[in-house]
Amino acid sequence: MFHIDASQLDHRQLNEQIQHHSGELLITGCLGQRFIGAGAEQGHLEIAGTPGNALGAYLNGACIEVRGNAQDAVGDTMNDGRIIVHGSIGDAAGYAMRGGEIYVQGDAGYRAGIHMKAYGDKLPALVIGGAAGSFLGEYQAGGVILVLGLSKTGRPIVSNFPCTGMHGGKLYLRSDCRDLLLPEQVEARPASEEERAGIGRYVRNYCAYFGGDQDEIMASPYTVITPDTKNPYRQMYVLN
Amino acid sequence: MEKVRFRCKHASFFFFLGVGNMKQIEGQIRIPSGCAIAAVISREGRLMSGEKIIASMKPMHERSNGLGGGFAAYGIYPEYRDFFALHMFLDDRAARKNCEAFLRETMEIVHAERIPTRTTPAITDEPLIWRFFVTPLRSVLASMQIDEEECVARTVMTINTQMKGVYVFSSGKNMGVFKAVGFPEDVGHFYRLEDYEAYSWTAHGRYPTNTPGWWGGAHPFALLDHSIVHNGEISSYDANRRFMEMFGYRCTLQTDTEVITYIADYLLRKQSLSLEELSAVIAAPFWSTIKAKDKTAQEQLRYLRTVFSSLLITGPFSIILGFEGGLMALNDRLKLRSMVVAEKEDKVFIASEEAAIRAMEPDVENLFAPAGGEPVIVRVKEGQY
Repeated sequence: MFHIDASQLDHRQLNEQIQHHSGELLITGCLGQRFIGAGAEQGHLEIAGTPGNALGAYLNGACIEVRGNAQDAVGDTMNDGRIIVHGSIGDAAGYAMRGGEIYVQGDAGYRAGIHMKAYGDKLPALVIGGAAGSFLGEYQAGGVILVLGLSKTGRPIVSNFPCTGMHGGKLYLRSDCRDLLLPEQVEARPASEEERAGIGRYVRNYCAYFGGDQDEIMASPYTVITPDTKNPYRQMYVLN
Repeated sequence: MEKVRFRCKHASFFFFLGVGNMKQIEGQIRIPSGCAIAAVISREGRLMSGEKIIASMKPMHERSNGLGGGFAAYGIYPEYRDFFALHMFLDDRAARKNCEAFLRETMEIVHAERIPTRTTPAITDEPLIWRFFVTPLRSVLASMQIDEEECVARTVMTINTQMKGVYVFSSGKNMGVFKAVGFPEDVGHFYRLEDYEAYSWTAHGRYPTNTPGWWGGAHPFALLDHSIVHNGEISSYDANRRFMEMFGYRCTLQTDTEVITYIADYLLRKQSLSLEELSAVIAAPFWSTIKAKDKTAQEQLRYLRTVFSSLLITGPFSIILGFEGGLMALNDRLKLRSMVVAEKEDKVFIASEEAAIRAMEPDVENLFAPAGGEPVIVRVKEGQY
């Protein structure tokens, strides 16, 4: 495994070094450098420290693993690959991602999964182990967002205004969502057996990365939220 | 980022920017990016030199573009703690003499000196930078029937709106703002902040998007002991500004952040609102969020939103408000800017990015991101500042 000490490197120097070493890579002393692994197609990148914003932006097949928290806009517009965060994640995680998977052990900030989409065989997934902030899945147009609510902070599994402007995809919450306020244009219902089986794969991966009992996590009620095709967005801005 | 504002008091700063008449000037072009903010405070009132807070700005270098950096420090002038410390930018010697004569009409100047700076290639074209320790004359206060804070606030407004070549950019007791055109880490070096000891520091790295980068436009913006560092863009700027003008506040610094400082001064000092109430005015919850609260809370929030509706600040912001004995961090209600808070022993750290906090203290605890509109208020123990 090749080792880069990032403590004296700015984001340009660090990313140049990363580009020259595909394969197994360990970065230590990371502190705020942006765009780490941007567009990377292969290899496994392990990061100790605090990577800066836009970690794994446009990621295209590589795997990034963070031993700590990640900041804002992780996996911005990523196309393929995997990002695993052994900690919490900032705002706008998975912004407009259209492929690949992001796993977060702890909580997510605001606007997680904003503008996620799917196309053809591309089905992105964002898995959040703890709680999600407000505007979860804002303008979601495709893919899977799964929030497990495993943190013991007492925070609700999701804060205000989830699924605002949702157009497609599925958003799963490990909860019966009795008190959840949702926009009128989406529909919430208990996940079907088929759907539960579908998310089992993500929960299995989550437990493999961070520990936890898959059966126990799967034993809870799950709610799935999808756009309500019978009540589409109309006349929000213009007559249509 | 900051918002459009174009009333040029000084035409000369465009030449400083190196943009002539033919090219588009700042304000006509738009550069989307974000500023950087950070703060550290000791709840025990333990003093820290400026080195820590300067270190916090380094990992956030990309959030600034070299057109403004600054710091506010609380507890730095214990030997003059009873006097208002006026920090000023002065165009030349004549401006200083003028200003001094004007001050003497209403105040006693107990000490005046140049603020020590270091010559560095990173900071150029500096004006004269002075500090005056003053106290309003009792006879003046008695005849005007105002208290000393009101007297100082009015004097600052008068100087900044009417006196050519003079800007007062800091006017509190036992605190001071240090700001310049440059990257924040260079600004800290320029002002020798390692020589100051404060129980609370705030910092700002500027990336002006629509307004000029000039010395007076750097953050923090301060009036009396309230100082503001701000990352964001105030959509409601003109509505806020017009409302504040009714109460004698004049926005003269060609950037939107200034008005937040005056709103804080007006609501906290003149209207005696609490910090929580201030937050409920400028980052008022949505009506739907208010509706979900209990009856008393609903009534309070409705009252504040209704009475001070013109002081709702819309658009993205994260701010840190510094004041004597504490600070408050606040995001806009939609949380369109990032902010992280963490603790370690007696210290609380706040920054736009976690990396900035870890640059100050690698092993912080209780790290969290406050929700939009949720104020984080930190106070120094009574008697320790």
